[in-house]
Amino acid sequence: MTTLNINGEVREVSVDPQTPLLWALRDTLAMTGTKYGCGIAQCGACTVHVNGAPVRSCQLNVGDAEGMEITTIEGAESKAIEALRVAWNELDVPQCGYCQSGQLMSAASLLERTPKPSDQDIDNAMSGNLCRCATYQRIRAGIHRAADILEA
Amino acid sequence: MYAKILNQLTAPKPVSRRRFLLGAGAVAGGLAVGFRLPPAQAQEGETAPINPLNAYITIHPDNTVTVLSSQFDMGQGAWHGLASLVVEELGADWDQITVKGVNGNPAAYGNLTAGGAFQLSGGSSSVFTSFDRYRVAGATAREMLKAAAAKRWNVNVDSLVVSDGFVRNGDQAASFGDLVADAAQIPVPENVALKPREEWSTLGSDALRRFDTDPKTRGTFTYTGDVQIPGMLTAVMIHPPRFGATVKSFDGSKALARDGVEHVVAIHRGVAVVAKTMFDALQGKELVEVEWDESAAEKRGSDALLSAYRETVMNEPEVVARTEGDAPAAIKQATQMVEATYEFPYLAHAAMEPLNAVAHMRDDGVLDLYGGHQAPDLYQMIVSGMTELDMSNINLVIMPTGGGFGRRAVLDADVVTEAAMVAKAIDYSAPVKVQWTRENDTLGGRYRPATIHRVQAGLDENGNIVGWDSHIVSQSLIKGTAFDSGAEVDNTVVEGASNLPYAIDNLRVGATMPQVGVPVLWWRAVGSTHTAYAVETFIDELAAKAKKDPVDYRLAMLKDHPRHAAVLKLAAEKAGWGEALPEGRYRGVSLHESFKSYVAQVVEISIEDDLPKVHKVVCAVDCGIAINPDVVRAQMEGGIGFGLGAVLAEELTLKDGYVQQSNYDAYTPLRMNASPEVEVHIVDSDAGPTGVGEPGVPPIGPAVANAVRSATGKHVTTLPFQKGMRA
Repeated sequence: MTTLNINGEVREVSVDPQTPLLWALRDTLAMTGTKYGCGIAQCGACTVHVNGAPVRSCQLNVGDAEGMEITTIEGAESKAIEALRVAWNELDVPQCGYCQSGQLMSAASLLERTPKPSDQDIDNAMSGNLCRCATYQRIRAGIHRAADILEA
Repeated sequence: MYAKILNQLTAPKPVSRRRFLLGAGAVAGGLAVGFRLPPAQAQEGETAPINPLNAYITIHPDNTVTVLSSQFDMGQGAWHGLASLVVEELGADWDQITVKGVNGNPAAYGNLTAGGAFQLSGGSSSVFTSFDRYRVAGATAREMLKAAAAKRWNVNVDSLVVSDGFVRNGDQAASFGDLVADAAQIPVPENVALKPREEWSTLGSDALRRFDTDPKTRGTFTYTGDVQIPGMLTAVMIHPPRFGATVKSFDGSKALARDGVEHVVAIHRGVAVVAKTMFDALQGKELVEVEWDESAAEKRGSDALLSAYRETVMNEPEVVARTEGDAPAAIKQATQMVEATYEFPYLAHAAMEPLNAVAHMRDDGVLDLYGGHQAPDLYQMIVSGMTELDMSNINLVIMPTGGGFGRRAVLDADVVTEAAMVAKAIDYSAPVKVQWTRENDTLGGRYRPATIHRVQAGLDENGNIVGWDSHIVSQSLIKGTAFDSGAEVDNTVVEGASNLPYAIDNLRVGATMPQVGVPVLWWRAVGSTHTAYAVETFIDELAAKAKKDPVDYRLAMLKDHPRHAAVLKLAAEKAGWGEALPEGRYRGVSLHESFKSYVAQVVEISIEDDLPKVHKVVCAVDCGIAINPDVVRAQMEGGIGFGLGAVLAEELTLKDGYVQQSNYDAYTPLRMNASPEVEVHIVDSDAGPTGVGEPGVPPIGPAVANAVRSATGKHVTTLPFQKGMRA
């Protein structure tokens, strides 16, 4: 039994400690907002926050996650992510939407570190998150818009 | 087998038709609206209005409205589009709308681009096929609601106004939910009038934001992989290492000894490891030993295939798709002969959601199949044949998917049959989700075929094209499938080349379609993904030989094609074509028609590390009436990114029959840091709506290549650029 702190709640999971957090979230806890895309940290669809930093949940084992503060898209409610949600709705950023949980988690971390990111900052922070629909232009615009909302 | 399936599918089905008619009237306390059959179905002898088996709209007593979508949504916004058609005519409030995928009624859902015979989402036809249907459905429902209100209030129907989900008569108002039980008793009106475009309130504008955006920002939008059923197991597939191999024997005993692994079974497409969780299945998979029968496997590599194609392309084509005048003779007599041979790699769809499907045998004996069912009735029929379950006991639950790009329209229903057959193999003892790994998905075939395209042209002393001879060597997508009509030419191989718009007197477009064991499929924009590149870069090559401006050169040959000419002019004007650029920046242009829409793009690039860096794309599109302009813009932006990623760095290679790229580390779509600014201009048009999902893709590659020519003088003929520019 491993004790995880997810979205401010204590959750007990009875799985092999080697299980990637991604699969514990999706299969054991039925928290399916975090997506599987590649399993090798190349696509970013499984991004969650661990102790405030963006982490690919396919690469973090449940055993190692014990005692850490984990936030998933379902529980994310920081000012940054709420501003991003407003911007995403204004601009209709998603197409298929499958990568967007990960995009938003990465973007929220960016805004928390860098409240007024440049295009170069966005390239640096977001290029690990693939979007096969190529919504990149709107993701970029959405991040700038959310930065404006947060500043106002 | 497949031709037979299609015949069955397209033949009138007396049983389902009877069920359809008997289902008329009120359905589960709500109102369902169908409409008179369009001409394609009328030919089957149906003339009476169908009232309905939940055909297009269901209005519920709780005042919600469900739009029943015949079109599948893989992110392109088809559900949004169909809902917006209904809302305009129905007068509903956008917030009361939900959308659900439906199937099982070819008469109502048959795709009109396929003669209305069967249900399919593809060929960028969702709005084209739905434009009248869903507006008529909305208008019919509105008239029934009005008739119910008129009766209730004892007033003339003409005094009633419908908007925001209410029918009003002066101060009196009733919600749709309130009226629906009465409205269901009203005879279905015929020949309802549709609003003229000038009276549209939301359609044609950006007023309606996508209803599916917000759940996609909260992780609450449900895809197939997210389906929850108590007791559900997860299966991971072990597919043959080479295409065409089959399971000879397997040993699952070590895997079964692992906690969580419940079954290891062989099915028609490989071995499935069925476990409590995905991680259990993945761990179990490593412990399974499979011996393969590779006697019929494709063992050639892509280098060998392309070398063979290079020889084939020098021969006469096997089939001729279009011929005018005498192209070879005209080229021989020309002042100048120009030729180029192009090489295109295999490409993967690589959608973000790896393929999956869920099979659940319910207590009532109905098999629920959840998945991205892009050709649902075909899938239902194939699964029925394989499982020996009656069609009526197979229920497809049509899920939106995390991308698709053509991969979910597969004529053997691959992953759907895997889910059904794994469920059957374990005696339907538990619901099963088959979830492909990224590696399954990338290695799983159904690629854009590798292609060689040779073009020769002759120019006269003024640089005019007097002859054009083109030969495409590429695997057929159609031959031997359910879509094989027996026609000599597979249009998916030559489209984009055979409909060349430029005025050339002597023209020949031929093709040879080799038999290769690598499975291929439509990949967003299909034949145009290679033909547009060959045609549009070759035109620039000829313009350079003729010492003419590429835009002027094209326009001079487009006198009979005003819509092509108009988008080209618009893109050139908006991009400042001909104006000076900063040092180190170069422009390129291209123009292409696909899926009945016209797109021109002008790019601005620089060269960095020997490769093009695209800074800006100006895109002009004529897709007829843009019912949701922002969706059109989004599809152009996305199509450009999809096509740009491919020409820059996407390539699948095979060595001795083994595919060499299995994940996003080696197969590399576009990322944020290579994503250009895209500016979209939509031509104002009264023509009927046409495709937008695919037409943004074809022009970007040649536009970038043409800019590369400006920058470096190189005509890049081998894709991707990372190979063709560094060779």
